Amino acid sequence: MNFTFHRKRISGVLVVVPANERSFVEEMRNFNFPKGRSLKLKEVMGYDKRRIVEPGVCVSDLVLFGLQQLFEQGLLKREEIDALLLVTQTPDHFMPATSSLIQGRLGLKQDMLCLDINQACAGFVIGLMQAFMLLEQESVNKVVLVNADVLSRKASPKDRNIYPLIGDGAAITLIERDDKDSVIHASVKMDGSRAEALIIPAGGLRLPSSPETAQLEDVGDNNLRAKDHVFMDGSEIFNFVQTEVPPLIENLLARAGISSAEVDYFLCHQPNRFMLEKLADKLKVPYARMPNNVVEHFGNSGSVTIPTVMAYNLRERLLREQLQVCLAGFGGGLAWSAMLLRLGKLAFNNIIEYE
Amino acid sequence: MKSVAEILKGIRPEFDFSASNDFQADGMLDSFDMVTLVAALDKNYGISIQGTDIVPENFQNLQTIEVLLRRSGAKI
Repeated sequence: MNFTFHRKRISGVLVVVPANERSFVEEMRNFNFPKGRSLKLKEVMGYDKRRIVEPGVCVSDLVLFGLQQLFEQGLLKREEIDALLLVTQTPDHFMPATSSLIQGRLGLKQDMLCLDINQACAGFVIGLMQAFMLLEQESVNKVVLVNADVLSRKASPKDRNIYPLIGDGAAITLIERDDKDSVIHASVKMDGSRAEALIIPAGGLRLPSSPETAQLEDVGDNNLRAKDHVFMDGSEIFNFVQTEVPPLIENLLARAGISSAEVDYFLCHQPNRFMLEKLADKLKVPYARMPNNVVEHFGNSGSVTIPTVMAYNLRERLLREQLQVCLAGFGGGLAWSAMLLRLGKLAFNNIIEYE
Repeated sequence: MKSVAEILKGIRPEFDFSASNDFQADGMLDSFDMVTLVAALDKNYGISIQGTDIVPENFQNLQTIEVLLRRSGAKI
């Protein structure tokens, strides 16, 4: 499905990462797997450092920390927030919405909209689209999009398919109307028939958590996982990305009348280095224009990774200039999304640590 | 330049790959080994095996891997 937006812009990005850093080399002993093969995997996939929360830390804690910093630094005023959109797969509670909890804890005004959106790695673009639609309303002048997840709390430390790549974090993105006649093109596709390729089987109402669902099971390849843990069919997800994402991006560029060479950066979701290199090869984009280094420094934090790429790789440039960028997210749902926009000059574009 | 058999030996030295006709069925190559193998083949032959070609049937045995390499532009 295609979308076009006019006169909208991203005005600031703040990423919050936990101070707690884990190292793949130190964690290798958790996996019942030869050291040599793990090290080869590290080299190819880019697994190295990642940031995960301490026990008990929730999405709202990370988000509050980030928003309070913006308030204290005068980069955002409480009363300016007309909508708070939270994209997460790991809410504090089933109910109420975590965005409402954040509103309450921060003492934000009542005359606003709080909305939780259950989306995974395609969720940054999907959240931006929702923000742009809200900004069509006269009463909405400033939208705070928050992408946040603490998926490490739902990953089995004995599952090398997913544990070494998971990162936690939150990204706060400020979205406003643009005085200039900017045009933003976006596309999104969904395929719920493949939803079970990335799923937490237990813990909802379909299969409530119980002592049985908490039991670690041998799921093959020397991995142990419980039904309460997140499951990812790595091969299915890899093939899904390589098959679906290139045509999504190519069609988006064609629709916008922009060549690949005119795009300064392809800022993609960051599952691992190998997958992104294959994507870049397929799209004939030099690796330098499709950064793939977030997973090795922070881990894969779902919909937080695209703003993390912005803040980690392009911090200074996006503060002082405008770049033509193509965003692309893909993952759970299954869902895949892409957006073409001019990004910058941002009022802020930082990464801070939650302690 | 290394042969495919030599590269496989470097990844899983405990197996004799020339003796198997189905690496997956014989438990010699899992999905992560396949990723490691593709990275090594890309580097060795100066190619980029397409992401959509990274499926078990292309890595079933030495013959299917060689077919894939030729299709990907490798000179073997």
